[in-house]
Amino acid sequence: MDEQRRVRRERLRWHCRRALLELDIVFQRFWAREEELGDNDEAALEKLLALEDHDLWYLVSGRTETDDPQLKNMVERLCRD
Amino acid sequence: MSITVRTFDAVIVGAGGAGLRAAIQLSESGFKTAVLTKVFPTRSHTVAAQGGVAASLGNSEEDHWHWHMYDTVKGSDWLGDQDAIEFMCRKANECVIELEHYGMPFDRTDAGKIYQRPFGGHMSNFGEKPVRRSCAAADRTGHAMLHAMYQRNVKANTQFFVEWMALDLIRDADGEVLGVTAMDMETGEIVAFHAKATIFATGGAGRIFYSSTNAFINTGDGLGMAARAGIPLEDMEFWQFHPTGVAGAGVLITEGVRGEGGILRNSAGERFMERYAPNAKDLASRDVVSRAMTTEINEGRGCGPHKDFVLLDISHLDPATIMKRLPGIREIAIQFAGVDCIKEPIPVVPTAHYQMGGIPTNYFGQVVVPQGNSKAAVVPGFYAAGECACASVHGANRLGTNSLLDLLVFGKSAGETAVEELRKSPKAHKPLPQAELDRAMARVSRIDTQKGGASVHETQLAMRRTMQKHAGVFRFADLLKEGVERIGEVRNAALSTEIADKSKVFNTARVEALELENLIEVAVATMVSAEARKESRGAHVRDDAPDTPAHPNGRDDENWLKHTLWYREGNRLDYKAVKLTPLTVDTVALKTRAY
Ligand SMILES: Cc1cc2nc3c(=O)[nH]c(=O)nc-3n(C[C@H](O)[C@H](O)[C@H](O)COP(=O)(O)OP(=O)(O)OC[C@H]3O[C@@H](n4cnc5c(N)ncnc54)[C@H](O)[C@@H]3O)c2cc1C
Repeated sequence: MDEQRRVRRERLRWHCRRALLELDIVFQRFWAREEELGDNDEAALEKLLALEDHDLWYLVSGRTETDDPQLKNMVERLCRD
Repeated sequence: MSITVRTFDAVIVGAGGAGLRAAIQLSESGFKTAVLTKVFPTRSHTVAAQGGVAASLGNSEEDHWHWHMYDTVKGSDWLGDQDAIEFMCRKANECVIELEHYGMPFDRTDAGKIYQRPFGGHMSNFGEKPVRRSCAAADRTGHAMLHAMYQRNVKANTQFFVEWMALDLIRDADGEVLGVTAMDMETGEIVAFHAKATIFATGGAGRIFYSSTNAFINTGDGLGMAARAGIPLEDMEFWQFHPTGVAGAGVLITEGVRGEGGILRNSAGERFMERYAPNAKDLASRDVVSRAMTTEINEGRGCGPHKDFVLLDISHLDPATIMKRLPGIREIAIQFAGVDCIKEPIPVVPTAHYQMGGIPTNYFGQVVVPQGNSKAAVVPGFYAAGECACASVHGANRLGTNSLLDLLVFGKSAGETAVEELRKSPKAHKPLPQAELDRAMARVSRIDTQKGGASVHETQLAMRRTMQKHAGVFRFADLLKEGVERIGEVRNAALSTEIADKSKVFNTARVEALELENLIEVAVATMVSAEARKESRGAHVRDDAPDTPAHPNGRDDENWLKHTLWYREGNRLDYKAVKLTPLTVDTVALKTRAY
């Protein structure tokens, strides 16, 4: 992985440190699966990570839904076992 | 080696509720203030707080700060300092109303006042009956609080350093604190923040336990930094546990689940609470249930490959009831326990929730340590507030909603005191001692160059398992003794970890190794302090200090009505008296704590 890519990935990883334990664990599992992330996936994850913690948890736990296909897809990947 | 120095009047480490509140005070007084934070301010752990913030506003029914003070002293099992508790309860209304003026969207009554609801342990008329004292903003109290205070800071020109990790305190030969060393995570650069006032607001360290409700960010960095700089940590044996966290994950399962008919079972499928509390059974109080669960696990009746959890069963309930009365529980069970609680029981364990101890301060927010004849000499230039500090208002056990109040009152108080001190001493900054700067650099380069060291992940896991087993919710003399040895071994590993990724720029592995060095200091302090305290009090309950007529609840005021102070150097303990004299009212006299 080139350096630029590595830094971007690491920054994303750090942005997965959240205020809610529920989300920390969801992201921990996501990264442990060593997901293949392309540029588009990284962009989607970035967008998702910009959400407030409670909104993000509601999305991930299925209490709310999003119309944004990019986000929807990423939420599905996060919840995959 | 020379490092970049940035100079401020004040540097605050932490942008949760306590740090943001302190920063408002300093910036609005015109002082050049830096706030360092590992994550964006509104992602600090304060966001997780939902229950509310306590204040005796009396909006829904009659209330008084003196009643609130009584409840807090009682909750603390008389280990709280009564001067600080009076100060906090008297200041509560002012601080909550201030917050409202900052734009906090509190829930309101029809008449437009702040709506208040009851919360465990908060009573009217000196313990008579429950009172409505908690102020909330829907289920986002902590989050709304941070937003309001962050905006206020932006207006006041507070300078935020986001994704900066403070590494160590800078303390000179006179013992004065002159700032911190910190790492810019983006570049890996280490910089000295040179300041006349340094305020720690780094939050708790609940991650020392295997099962914790705390998010991953709560690694006790402020406590580690203080301990390394020779500051003792106070009352670290006192941790509040919640009985039902999802095993292995920690996520809270609300008490409402047992309220709706949930049953706790051991590996034999037995409803064991019948043995411990024949009447209340699964609905017994939090500490009774937690201790029963721990006894089952310690006596080999736990479930799973490590026999380290019990089961919370609601599969006998009507699925419609579960969905209607317990929203969100099924999602949590599926996500974090991998079980559908409509069909299968949920694995649960008593889970660490809140750290009562911390960096010793007075109610002005100044850090105080034993020196000469005084047990509480002010450390010049050093302040602490919030969960990392011990004022001590929570003593041996905290009341719900008193923590958010603590952030507001002592964040403000620390800021105000720093402002006064800055005004009194317009002198130039004292020179920075090179050896102190080298100390942080050496720690980082040790991690970068370590060969054949321990794995960060495995060492962290060993620490968390050791703490859960040896210093959990119910404590046993022999397990504590053994725990002191074990945690010492884990400490050696934690201070010699090795990381694979050596790059300077945005290296999260290095950050985690640094965090572990802080966590382990808190873990050792907890174990050693708990082993030494030979009584039961508040959240610290030992099997060899049982409830007897001579010592109700196992509390021993003759010998143990005192605060613990743990020093990193020599792993040594000292003690200091509890302040039983409030500021203006009579002492809340010692009594058995019973609800
Ligand atoms: C699930 C849950 C629910 C709760 N509900 C309530 C409630 O309803 N009412 C209540 O009163 N209390 C509640 N509490 C307790 C309360 O939320 C916390 O005690 C409180 O929020 C702690 O605030 P703080 O400002 O001290 O620290 P935090 O909010 O944890 O902030 C710490 C800050 O320090 C920064 N930091 C840490 N280390 C470093 C470093 N090395 N360098 C730079 N920055 C650093 C972090 O980035 C962060 O900004 C709850 C706790 C939990 C876990």
